[in-house]
Amino acid sequence: MSDTKNDTPDNAVGDPEVQDDNIVSDTVKEAGAIVKDHLSDDHDHRDAHDEFGHTPVDEHDSHPGAHHTSLGLSNTKLAMWLFLGSECLLFGGLISTYMLYRNRHSEGVGPDQLWDIPFTSASSFVLLMSSLTMVLAVSAANRRDDRNTKLWLVVTATLGGLFVAGQVYEFTTFYREGLGYTESLFASSFYTLTGFHGVHVSVGIIMLMATMGMVAKNKISGDKAETVEMVGLYWHFVDVIWIIIFTLVYLIPA
Amino acid sequence: MDVDAPTTPEVDVKHVDPDAPGDRTADEQVDMTGLDEAAAKNRHHDGTDGVHGDHDHVSDNRYIVIAAILAVITAAEVVASYVDLGPVFIPLLLFMMAVKFFVVVSYFMHLKFDNNIFKRLFYTGLFLAVFVYVAALLTFQFFES
Repeated sequence: MSDTKNDTPDNAVGDPEVQDDNIVSDTVKEAGAIVKDHLSDDHDHRDAHDEFGHTPVDEHDSHPGAHHTSLGLSNTKLAMWLFLGSECLLFGGLISTYMLYRNRHSEGVGPDQLWDIPFTSASSFVLLMSSLTMVLAVSAANRRDDRNTKLWLVVTATLGGLFVAGQVYEFTTFYREGLGYTESLFASSFYTLTGFHGVHVSVGIIMLMATMGMVAKNKISGDKAETVEMVGLYWHFVDVIWIIIFTLVYLIPA
Repeated sequence: MDVDAPTTPEVDVKHVDPDAPGDRTADEQVDMTGLDEAAAKNRHHDGTDGVHGDHDHVSDNRYIVIAAILAVITAAEVVASYVDLGPVFIPLLLFMMAVKFFVVVSYFMHLKFDNNIFKRLFYTGLFLAVFVYVAALLTFQFFES
């Protein structure tokens, strides 16, 4: 950087355009050096720090691979909670729509005629227990117990699969009884709400299996326990949404 | 104007406090004072930044007990839907639903032991969701009447 400045002709001193050029070229050189430093040192930013005052937050304070905000919090965890907060709005809108349209159905194909409470209760119980197995997976991951982490992740994914299978069976039964997606406002809002939840559970199962595979092959580049914990947060959120749906949609009469 | 005057943080590097969190520059130290306090509050006894130390609060056995309580509440909800409880029925169901919701969020999602910022993010979303429902309900009531 200083070389560039020394090369500046004397008559250029004080010329705003030349000065701007120097600042731009200096900045570009610094940026290039920092990028090169990142690529060559694989997360160790110390060289850039020493040379240009690039001041990274120490990423290795608590555990490898974790990136922290200036608040000392995990970036990943902060982003996940922000995402879950926004998901509340998504499901809030869907549940609101259902609650407002639940009485708008044709004769004979309303909630009272269709709901099979014992079956849905069993599905709810399965999903609730999957939250227990998920938290046991997170607990095992925190103990660096890979064997039990994998075991509980698989059990959680299996319970989730059981729940989705139950939902597919339920949808099929309702359809055969005359409740098509466009049959009524009630049908559309019900299928949209529970369908969106089912998609979330399915995505969760994919995340669980992918995490299990990565734990097994030791492919998680960052902090393993935090990765499992993030999947767990998503899974528990899907569970709490079902807690609300089960009560508001199935148990409270229309 | 002297073009050799430092235009980059070169000089600041010399004033960086090596013990400062995150090795920030002196200027950043001034701006981040309030944030550092929040970070300090978040630090755990084991030196982590609130990522893993929080799980030590609940043991596996405690998780199983919590899950059993949740299962019992679910069973109570189902039983309540078959019994004629009169006007108490809906408030009771909503109460049990809220208990289950907050138990899962607080213990299984560790929000009870985590940083307040996470709580604010999540509960803001939840509050807005309830607000959306109330607003939609009132709008429907208004236009129907």
